Amino acid sequence: MQKQLEKKHPLAIRWMHWINFPLLTMMIWSGLLIYWANQVYAIRLFGYELFKFFPQPFFDFLGIPQRLAEGMQLHFFFMWLFAVNGLIYVVYTLVSGEWRSILPVPSSLKRAPLVALHDAHIVKEKPPQGKYNDAQRIAYTAVILMGVGSVLTGLSIYKPLQLSFLTTLFGGYEWARWIHFWLTISFVLFFLVHVFQVIMAGWSNFRSMITGYDVIDAVEPKPEPAASEEAAV
Amino acid sequence: MSDDKKEILLEKVREFEKRTGHTVDSFPADPNNTASILNEKRHLSEPLSLEDAKKQMSARSRRGFLVGGATALIGIFGWRWMSDETKTSLYRKAFEFNEKVSQVFFRPSHLAADFPPERVTPIRTNGFEGLEQEIDLAAWTLTIAGLAGRADDLILTMADIKKLPRTEMITEFKCIEGWSTIVHWAGVKFSDFAAVYKPKTASGAPPDVAGKPEELLPYVAMSTPDEKYYVGWDMPSIMHPQTLIAYEMNGEPLRPENGAPLRIASPTKFGIKQIKRLGRIEFTSERPKDFWAEYGYDWYSGH
Repeated sequence: MQKQLEKKHPLAIRWMHWINFPLLTMMIWSGLLIYWANQVYAIRLFGYELFKFFPQPFFDFLGIPQRLAEGMQLHFFFMWLFAVNGLIYVVYTLVSGEWRSILPVPSSLKRAPLVALHDAHIVKEKPPQGKYNDAQRIAYTAVILMGVGSVLTGLSIYKPLQLSFLTTLFGGYEWARWIHFWLTISFVLFFLVHVFQVIMAGWSNFRSMITGYDVIDAVEPKPEPAASEEAAV
Repeated sequence: MSDDKKEILLEKVREFEKRTGHTVDSFPADPNNTASILNEKRHLSEPLSLEDAKKQMSARSRRGFLVGGATALIGIFGWRWMSDETKTSLYRKAFEFNEKVSQVFFRPSHLAADFPPERVTPIRTNGFEGLEQEIDLAAWTLTIAGLAGRADDLILTMADIKKLPRTEMITEFKCIEGWSTIVHWAGVKFSDFAAVYKPKTASGAPPDVAGKPEELLPYVAMSTPDEKYYVGWDMPSIMHPQTLIAYEMNGEPLRPENGAPLRIASPTKFGIKQIKRLGRIEFTSERPKDFWAEYGYDWYSGH
């Protein structure tokens, strides 16, 4: 069977993707050090507390208590790197045309459930797949928006007076902090699903985020030499 | 692998790279694919035998994983190799950089929200440094240093403070721990105080407190009477119209644990900067020491 190499991920995207990993990790870790000092959030149902963020053993196991100052040092250092990397990513995606592979369209909502059903082996029919399928498009666009949300809510907590319009937009200081927290939890959930999906998709797919290339079954006949020359120009 | 083979392989990679300009529309036949709706392009090589594809990929993989692995190792070991002192100084520089950025955007005209009285929340008390000793409120005085036109310190009593215009505000009080309360404060605007008790200017020229506040000495050092708690403020934040020298909290004179008889109250900074039981104010050209900054917190801690 003939194969083709497909260039899936530009060099810039790969670098920014991997650089984001330690940066987001540091933001979440330092965020935990800060959150410990005022651990007020929980999942409650009809007044019953189902889960407290976080149980004391969780804090103790990770050595989080009494490190607020260190948390703020890390958070307000790495925030620049996280925000700048994210900003370059968004600009690059828009300018390079990569957005065509990432953005969903309204009808994506209709097709995305098919992806989940197919992944769960309930539906045999393969969902339409470009570089990404519609569920991926929705997930990746959502995670970019979550990043934007984290930066904006973060700024509104960091400078609630000078950026009071932003703080007001998020419903005030307390709500901004609440949204900031839940966005972080969402990042962690995204990460878990993302890693699971990457494992399921296999080695060749994972490797493409490092080398840029994936090996696929040939999808087109060998082009004429003239056409290939033209394409190279 | 021999060097010859490596060279041949690299040659193939380069050749392939030239050809990746070979771009086709994604799934043009499928109008229900978002990729074709958004006109996504695919970048494909010419068809290859499985063996050739594997060879090319293994050369790419080696390069990619080597570069990636090396970068990751440099990152991890670089971070570990950095001493705690280096990191601490890095963080302090970051705080100072953030402070400079904040000050570029700082406007005295940016005001914190003033809340209606029904939004006032119960008082939450935190931080007892500098409050350990009993205080004789009748004997309390406030010492001012760094005033224009005089070399010695000025001693003020509560009666002197109360003579100044009274201001009330209901603002959000934010603790660096992450919680906030809404407090009804009453006291004297620091800017009203400074209009009467004028700070020195950096040049020594007579001060124009309202007109040219930027010419005043750039810092204020404040401490409790026992000097066990001390904070430093930048001039723009202390002169902000919502920074008060407060003597009342929620309609009552300050309680000892909340800073009786006089404290700083301001939505421009975290609670750690809003010193309680104020005993001394000094206008200064040097960046003052700060109790919590010595424990690694942000000296500026400004909002």
